[in-house]
Amino acid sequence: MKLEFVSYDECKRADSNIRQLAQPTHEVALAAKGITITYSGARALRDVTLSIARNEITALIGPSGCGKTSFLSSLNRMTDLIPGCKVTGHVYHDGINIHEPKTDVQELRCHIGMIFQKPNPFPLSIRRNLEMPLKEHGLTNAAQRYERIEHALTEVGLWSEVKDRLDQPALALSGGQQQRLCIARALALEPSILLMDEPCSALDPISSAVVEDLIIRLREKYTVVVVTHNLGQAKRIADSVALFWFQDGCGYLVEHTPTDAIFNAAQNAITKAYISGARG
Amino acid sequence: MAEMAITRKNNSARDLGLMLVVWSATAIIIAAFTWIIGDFIIHGFERLSWSFLTTSPSNAGRSGGIAPILVSTLLILLIAITVALPIGVATAAFLSEFTRVGGRVRQITTLSLDILAGVPSIVFGLFGNAFFCIWLGLGFSILSGGLTLACMVLPILIRTTQAGLSSVPDEWRRGASALGLSRGAALTHILLPAATPAIAAGLMLGIGRAAAETAALIFTSGYVDRMPSSLDDSGRALAVHIYDLTMNVAGGDANAYASALVLISLLILINSVAVTLTNRYGSQRITAS
Repeated sequence: MKLEFVSYDECKRADSNIRQLAQPTHEVALAAKGITITYSGARALRDVTLSIARNEITALIGPSGCGKTSFLSSLNRMTDLIPGCKVTGHVYHDGINIHEPKTDVQELRCHIGMIFQKPNPFPLSIRRNLEMPLKEHGLTNAAQRYERIEHALTEVGLWSEVKDRLDQPALALSGGQQQRLCIARALALEPSILLMDEPCSALDPISSAVVEDLIIRLREKYTVVVVTHNLGQAKRIADSVALFWFQDGCGYLVEHTPTDAIFNAAQNAITKAYISGARG
Repeated sequence: MAEMAITRKNNSARDLGLMLVVWSATAIIIAAFTWIIGDFIIHGFERLSWSFLTTSPSNAGRSGGIAPILVSTLLILLIAITVALPIGVATAAFLSEFTRVGGRVRQITTLSLDILAGVPSIVFGLFGNAFFCIWLGLGFSILSGGLTLACMVLPILIRTTQAGLSSVPDEWRRGASALGLSRGAALTHILLPAATPAIAAGLMLGIGRAAAETAALIFTSGYVDRMPSSLDDSGRALAVHIYDLTMNVAGGDANAYASALVLISLLILINSVAVTLTNRYGSQRITAS
């Protein structure tokens, strides 16, 4: 594989075009440079440059249709699956541009997992939901697999709830449990980054709170990028917030700042209006 | 308010009319089905016995039973299914998962399949005769018949499997991709199992069409009514037997009726087994698997 290296300094320099660096002292886990996304020729997102700091929670906020989910999907090339979708720009992860055609996307998606808005456990047993991907990725030792499954389910706080019924269908779990199962399924592959697309919006308030607490705990070991429509949630869980907006039907990044700054001392007029609820 | 009352009256008259139409249509269907079955039972039931199922026909089928014909029919069906199922499911999987929606490959293949599904069976018979019997040198044989039926059943099987796969929620596909699974893994572990009820339904439709087939078999498996000794041997299918007894054998009506009754029972049996299996398997997927 041809590696294209870029220094973190370079990414940071690019980032300084935008008002401020999220956490200038922190290591960068994922650096997007000049990401532009088009759907069948129509531009949906223009020129986003954004650094995601390691072991932090970065929230992407903004009104519907401003390209947050498209941007999130470009970070592990899930955009490849959408017919007519074209991504230009670079996303650097471990010094590699993942949008290089030669990138092994299957391996990439193990490193950068993704959680969707609607929980999507497979119509299999709880155990098979975690076991099947592990098997497919070559973990042939059954004992090791079991260990990973137990570990992942413990990490999401589901082990004590399901350990006696691992062979029951995953679809019989509640919505919140299903979402945590999906998170465990991604964690079992030992990723370093988790992309979450409104992971709580399809859940009831109590399940939502449980998943939110889980996301906060995940920060210790993982880098999390979360799209949310819930400003309160962004304020509660995120270390930094990136506000997306749109103009002439095309999304763009307004600013990326630490959470405190955006909620308490917003400078940008759009940010102020959005945070105060006057717009969006 | 008066206006509303008038509207309601009109509606109830229309509803009554609609009910009448729906009910009479259903009644006609049920009556026709009952008439056909009743006719078979009245004329054929007295001939039906264990020995009818286990002895060979004699006197050109006027007397005796249908044992070799049953065996040939089941062998032909078995070959048709064994060949059509894997090819059909694989083609459907290819069309639904590896070709683009609205893409040229999918459009052309789908159109061809829809046309093939409507081709009269006699055309399949002539094709089977030319291709399997003559060109491949299989002659009039159970193998030729089974392969011809496989060709006939394929379009139905592919289209229903394809419909089943496209009704599998896309979120499972995205979920599988997000876990770095290959499309093949997603297909074998998630999509095909989820589409099993559709595949079973397609198979049933196919078997139904194949078991009732006459024209395609006369030219391919032939109509020798003795017990087949191998798959290379010619063998007479039930539908062909019924056709022969009614059209070519004077005095064969009673045995034709009895054979028709056996054929109908066979179809009902296959269908109920399939429905039971599908229901059990289908509900297992949601609640217990």
